[in-house]
Amino acid sequence: MFDWRWDFTFEILPRLLWATVNTLMAAGIGYAIAVVLGLVLALAQRTSFKPLTYAVRELVEFIRSTPLVLQIFFVFYVGPQFGIRLAPWTAGMIAIGLHYASYLSEVYRGGLESVPKGQWEASLALNLSPARTYFRIIIPQALPPSLAGMGNYLVGIFKDTPMLSVIGVAELMHTANAIGSESYRFLEPYTLVGVIFLAISLPTAALIRVFEAWVRRQLGMN
Amino acid sequence: MSYFEFLAEYGPRFVDGAAVTALQTVLAAVLAIAIAVAMGLMRLSRNVPVRWFATVYVEIFRGTSLLVQLYWIFFVLPLFGITMEKFTAGFVAVGMNLGAYGAELVRGAILSVPKGQWEAALALNMSPAKRMVRVIFPQAFLAMLPPWGNLLIELLKGTALVSLISVADLMFEAKQINSTTFLSAQAFGTALVIYYVMSRFLITPFMRWLERVMARKMGRA
Repeated sequence: MFDWRWDFTFEILPRLLWATVNTLMAAGIGYAIAVVLGLVLALAQRTSFKPLTYAVRELVEFIRSTPLVLQIFFVFYVGPQFGIRLAPWTAGMIAIGLHYASYLSEVYRGGLESVPKGQWEASLALNLSPARTYFRIIIPQALPPSLAGMGNYLVGIFKDTPMLSVIGVAELMHTANAIGSESYRFLEPYTLVGVIFLAISLPTAALIRVFEAWVRRQLGMN
Repeated sequence: MSYFEFLAEYGPRFVDGAAVTALQTVLAAVLAIAIAVAMGLMRLSRNVPVRWFATVYVEIFRGTSLLVQLYWIFFVLPLFGITMEKFTAGFVAVGMNLGAYGAELVRGAILSVPKGQWEAALALNMSPAKRMVRVIFPQAFLAMLPPWGNLLIELLKGTALVSLISVADLMFEAKQINSTTFLSAQAFGTALVIYYVMSRFLITPFMRWLERVMARKMGRA
């Protein structure tokens, strides 16, 4: 390409690769929060206490249908108004974790609902405790249909981390912006960010498909 | 300042912002649908270069972030002589990104049409174009409507990012109001509620209505 400077590319590459570590960390922490919180949100909708079900259902719908970037701003700026100061990292992890928790809760819900009713009845007939029913009977069967969705959202959370740059989390996009405003060169940093994203998300998506097939085989489902 | 005073003073700006968001959403949706249909069909083509072009397009746009694509289109494309106004760059980026996701829906829906339909159209000596337009696509269209509802909500949410290249949409107005009043809960909270109303009470009912109408037209109601 006519204006591409390789010397500049190699000058900024180490900096971008370091920022990639932050991006991966943000995605990892956010996903860990989402996996656990999502299960809580999914199970909260399965209790016999109806008001809780409706409240959680509505909360999940609300979070899913509003923009993540706005939620990040909301979490970051609303705290100080009431005297709670959150660091950009903390606010970012809360926002992105909560956002993806609501997506994952839907994945779990679908997985749990795909387990045939007879499995619950059989567990009841065998006098298994609720905990044992969940961990030994239901979740192993609910997991494989959930894995594809969980994998998609793992890649999804990774691709949404650039939004954290708006509150100053020093991830990949934030670093590319900084390089751009220091050097007035946008071609190389932004293109490299795109290439790094592709180089991580494509193999990850392929690995997830392999992993999913492996789990299904392990559980004897194919 | 009570919340009602806040709304009285800043309500009109929220309305202006929401109008820009709605316009961005509609324009991006039109572009996304066009790209999705074109790329979805191209991915099923028997012509290898055509299929490869569509695959590369879909993988690039699904493999990187919308924000990265938006910045690339707005800040880097001008270096190649393609300068777009920020408003145009905004809906083009959102439309191209969601179009790649839509292409997969189109492809999947076309593949889900039973094989007998293809064979019957062939037996009736229909040309490939007529087969697609009259027999296959209408059935695929019905099958892909529900996931398109979700995709359009993703698209609406995606338009919030155009505020970062200072298109004066809902998100942008909320940020501006926040920085002049420091009433963050009110400013961002109101914007969140407006986005929620748009997706839950405009897009979702519209798609349900469209599903019903199309099902009736296809004699499947």
